[in-house]
Amino acid sequence: MDTGVIDLIHGFSVALQPQNLLWCFIGVMAGNLVGVLPGMGVLSAISILLPLTYGIEPVGAILMLAGMAYGAQYGGAICSILLNLPCHPPHAVTCLDGFPLTKQGKGGTALGITMMGAVFGAAFGIMQMIITAPYIARIAFSFGSAEICALMLLGLLAGSTLAKGSPLKGVAMTIFGLLLGLVGQDANTGIERFTFGILDLDDGVELVALSLGLFGIAEFLRSVNNTVPIDATYAKLGVSDLRPSKADMKKAAFPILRGTLIGSLCSLIPGTGPTIASFVAYAVEKKVSKNPEKFGHGAIEGVAAPEASTHSSVQGDFIPTMSLGIPGDAVMALLLGALIIHGITPGPRLIVEHPDMFWGLIASFWIGNLMLIFLNVPMIGIWVKLLMVPYRYLFPSALFFICIGVFAAKNTLFDVVVTLGFGVFGYLLLMLRFEPAPILLGFVLGPRLEENFRRAMTISRGDIFTFVERPISAIFITLCVLLIAAQIWVRIRKTKPPIAIPADAHE
Amino acid sequence: MKFIHRRDYYAGALLVFLGGVAAIQGSRYEMGHLTNMGPGFFPTGLGIMLAGIGVIIAGTAAYKPEPVSAEPAMRPDWRGWICITIAALLFILLANKVGLVPGTFGCVFVAAMGDRQNTWKQAALLAAGVTFFGTLLFSYVLHIQIPIFGSM
Repeated sequence: MDTGVIDLIHGFSVALQPQNLLWCFIGVMAGNLVGVLPGMGVLSAISILLPLTYGIEPVGAILMLAGMAYGAQYGGAICSILLNLPCHPPHAVTCLDGFPLTKQGKGGTALGITMMGAVFGAAFGIMQMIITAPYIARIAFSFGSAEICALMLLGLLAGSTLAKGSPLKGVAMTIFGLLLGLVGQDANTGIERFTFGILDLDDGVELVALSLGLFGIAEFLRSVNNTVPIDATYAKLGVSDLRPSKADMKKAAFPILRGTLIGSLCSLIPGTGPTIASFVAYAVEKKVSKNPEKFGHGAIEGVAAPEASTHSSVQGDFIPTMSLGIPGDAVMALLLGALIIHGITPGPRLIVEHPDMFWGLIASFWIGNLMLIFLNVPMIGIWVKLLMVPYRYLFPSALFFICIGVFAAKNTLFDVVVTLGFGVFGYLLLMLRFEPAPILLGFVLGPRLEENFRRAMTISRGDIFTFVERPISAIFITLCVLLIAAQIWVRIRKTKPPIAIPADAHE
Repeated sequence: MKFIHRRDYYAGALLVFLGGVAAIQGSRYEMGHLTNMGPGFFPTGLGIMLAGIGVIIAGTAAYKPEPVSAEPAMRPDWRGWICITIAALLFILLANKVGLVPGTFGCVFVAAMGDRQNTWKQAALLAAGVTFFGTLLFSYVLHIQIPIFGSM
């Protein structure tokens, strides 16, 4: 623990350097902005800024990109509560009670409680990371290729089946992502794979082009002329409205605590990010409530718990990403990709080899969350005004930023063509009800999965059973099997015809 | 039958196609064997798995319960689609041949015309604004390697 304190102090000395402070501020500011703007995704926002970080120090770059990831959570809540727009999945459930509160004129209270939940949830998530991440990394030190391989398999499987949408389609998207990750020169033999004679593909598919196609352009194609008109009749409030009454605070205290715990639990299970955490937290709150009929009509508990859970979960999501190199969702996959681009090998050694990065990041979480409170509470009026920017002005501007951002990644317009291609393809996937997020997970992990699989097979002399003979990897494989079995079980139960209420129900 | 009912057939077919391409192309590289895998082993395996999942999805589509129509319908919007696609292509073409300013203006203007509520004037104003600030930011602050005017 003592070393932990020293490390943390070191982290603050990194994060408080003026330029890092500036990057952190830009990150949380931009994150909050995309969170507020309806119809803008955090994935595309991080992707647009990623190429612009190539010129700066890796630590500053990661602080900034991470700041966007958690900053967007603050903005997203404003959008849900005041406008009833579930445009940011983790906050979709907040609409249920947040908007009724707004209609009753208590939108400010809801936002105030949200801020309190956010601070508490984030603080808990960060503490959890400080305590657990170094331990997890230390355990993972002893992992060989087989264990890493099995762990990645578990992470990919959880990431693709636990998120929304059909599990089978999720797995398919993950495999497709793994295949995309193999495009380019094979590290072992130098052979070019799946480049189809195109020189620009030698280095593989550009991460930014993939993610901006799938989450940027595909999203525009879906939303153009198809957005709900913004109803801003109730979205008027000032700073003083944000202070919740004592009674409300009392009502929200335990929901915030429960939500935080649920969020931190969800963050430890790979694949269950803030979205699932918020839904579980809402459901639990409704279950334990003495008057569940109030939910959906403006129960403050229904805002407090999910919001606290998303914040603790977003912070906690960094744990597997930074300590194991296994991202839990697409946002973390993108950050992992950013680490790789900046020449940092993710995995258990990251904390030891790049203490500046790890502890600086944790320190910046504290600073960034503090900045977000100061950004949101006094400036709430400005953010509310930004909510009114119509989508028809937003997406053409965003398209330009996407084009130029992709160009900046490698200074080639070829990647813009690739982006457009993935955009159209991504829209096709959306129409066929595929969720594109697992593609990114597979894409980022693809090369490392193949490398470790090859090595594990070489070490075991081609014995595929090495994965179940080594105890730690056997645990991961067992978890994989359990996960699949649970999915199949749920599925079979669901497809059974609903039992009609039989006449002999009195038995 | 409507598109919704056939959706999983199309989805399965797409996966079979993608998996098939990966497996066939992958098998052209050296396969090696488990002890010493060649570059073809992993992609071929993944391709076969992907195609297999495609078969399962298409095969079980008939047994799936009717989709609940709670999900928002996706309306075809040719004007939006065409404008967004052309806008991106226009950026590539103009940025390459005549520079950042025409590329930006063309891209934003055409994309904005994809929205049915935008008028010519609004689209032009928006495009001019984005061009002005975009050039300022990307050319003068971030020194992007596209000339303001002129070919690359």
